[in-house]
Amino acid sequence: MSDAAAPPAPADAGKVETPFRRFCRDYADSRIATAALAVLVAIILLALFAPWVAPTDPYDLASVSILDGKLKPGSQSMDGLTYWLGTDGAGRDLVSAIIYGLRISLGVGVMSGVFALCIGTAVGLAAAYFGGRVDAFIMRVVDIQLSFPAILIALILLAILGKGVDKITIALVIAQWAYYARTVRGSALVERNKEYIEAAQCLALGHNRIVFRHLFPNCLPPLIVVGTIQTAHAISLEATLSFLGVGLPISEPSLGLLISNGFDFMLSGLYWISFFPGVALLVTIVAINLVGDQLRDVLNPRLQK
Amino acid sequence: MTVFIIRRILQSLAVVMVMSFIVFGGVNIVGDPVEMMVSDEATQEEREKVIRSMGLDKPWYVQYGRFVAGALEGNLGKSFVYGEPALEIIVHRIPATFELALAALLLAIVIGIPLGVYAGLKPDTVASKSIMAGSILGFSLPTFWVGLMFIMVFAVILGWLPSTGRGDTVPLLGIDVSFLTLDGLAHLFLPALNLALFKISLVIRLARAGTREVVHQDYIKFARAKGLRNSRIVLVHLMKNIMIPVVTVLGLEFGGLIAFSVVTETVFAWPGMGKLIIDSIQSLDRPVIVAYLMIIVLIFVIINLVVDVLYSILDPRVRLSEMKS
Repeated sequence: MSDAAAPPAPADAGKVETPFRRFCRDYADSRIATAALAVLVAIILLALFAPWVAPTDPYDLASVSILDGKLKPGSQSMDGLTYWLGTDGAGRDLVSAIIYGLRISLGVGVMSGVFALCIGTAVGLAAAYFGGRVDAFIMRVVDIQLSFPAILIALILLAILGKGVDKITIALVIAQWAYYARTVRGSALVERNKEYIEAAQCLALGHNRIVFRHLFPNCLPPLIVVGTIQTAHAISLEATLSFLGVGLPISEPSLGLLISNGFDFMLSGLYWISFFPGVALLVTIVAINLVGDQLRDVLNPRLQK
Repeated sequence: MTVFIIRRILQSLAVVMVMSFIVFGGVNIVGDPVEMMVSDEATQEEREKVIRSMGLDKPWYVQYGRFVAGALEGNLGKSFVYGEPALEIIVHRIPATFELALAALLLAIVIGIPLGVYAGLKPDTVASKSIMAGSILGFSLPTFWVGLMFIMVFAVILGWLPSTGRGDTVPLLGIDVSFLTLDGLAHLFLPALNLALFKISLVIRLARAGTREVVHQDYIKFARAKGLRNSRIVLVHLMKNIMIPVVTVLGLEFGGLIAFSVVTETVFAWPGMGKLIIDSIQSLDRPVIVAYLMIIVLIFVIINLVVDVLYSILDPRVRLSEMKS
């Protein structure tokens, strides 16, 4: 593994190694993680630029023809376009549908991840900084929530709220904030007793300033790791709930809905309509998890050489 | 000890109260039950009659009180779809879900432990490395998609196993079960394996970690020095010592199996309560939704309570640290 980084470029010898540079070098130690990061970046770019990258617009009714429906992977359309992954029941090109689906899946996953991170962090920091009864109460709520599986909490909420992008985002945020709160509290408790916080308190700085300018930046590393892994979890959860028919509405065809759509055709042997969106989902989740795993190793000071 | 248990029971009651409030509030604020009960052509008088007969003209706390009183008597309303008491419908479906969850638990142990022990005994072989890579995949694969692929491969392409339903059932102590008939077993296998996949990965990791720790202990060395057969060392001396964490975690994860059976039951059309809740959400059958949510919360609260109490008995540090705070 190490021979990839072994010959040090002479130009680098004189430069001081910045923390960011060291971080990049440590990360590149693992080839699998580097490959996973490349795949993840490619997926994100595909999702961001879907309208320009996708061969066709799968939701433009003028260009989709039902006569092209249920074509096998690799077959030609009537106007000479090749459907590399086949078409679905309505004649949409699956490559395009998957790229557009990634956009929705990643969007919902990242959005709910960011909101959950903000709420969880604020709550966790408050618990660690103020301690005492606030801490005891918050952590009891977190414990109780974590004793229920996330999918169950999301299901309960969606059963009440109904379908929709906003609703599934709310459900995912509520199902996930507690993980962030627990993580942040854990590392903030350690940081809180260090001298620099004491020094800041001696300077009589305000609570907000101490918490957000001093305490928070030092709690970031574990938070980044949990953030990556929870985002993968959110994407998987959204796909599952959409598949069950309680997540996104049909107007927002995420990967989960594409898979669910293909379920009806599978018993008649048309495997590709479900198979390929599932592969896309799997590759995305595995890539994010591998990146998260490597981040955990790199950002963990105990493992630093 | 008693104080600890009492506190935990009070906490569980509080959770059930809060959840009943959320469920009740959600159903009455987000949806209008009258809209679903009354046809569009109904006159104003008819509407008001329905509102009064459902008690919806009363203030919300009176309605909530009635809801709780009804729930305590086991009356959670009648299903709009089936026309039977919601609670009865769900209770009727519970055995199927528990059978599936228990079968998955059994598979997780039967498949996970041998693979994990092997990977722990010979960590450097190709087989062990593939087992560990497989377990990482088992954590990442979305359950529902794997279920679909199972159906595609084993039911559609190979045609070995049936893809949906529960098969023939026979009554056992008054409850219909599938696992005693050949047809039922064939129907049970794929869903149970699908549900177990995640837990198999978990058991593999636990068993491997336990094995790697235990093989270096003195009592294993002593057993070897005594000249015991390898199979006896592994099956008796090693197995006994790695089972404790495995059993603990699997006990904790049983609730998770019931929650995730919602997914598996929908994929395989298994007639348990997980499929029922999805069907009920689709058909807006509110009494059943409310009853399901209350029952599932109750099941989880009871599981958590039992686990907490058992833990405090096994490990006194748990209750001591809590009493301090």
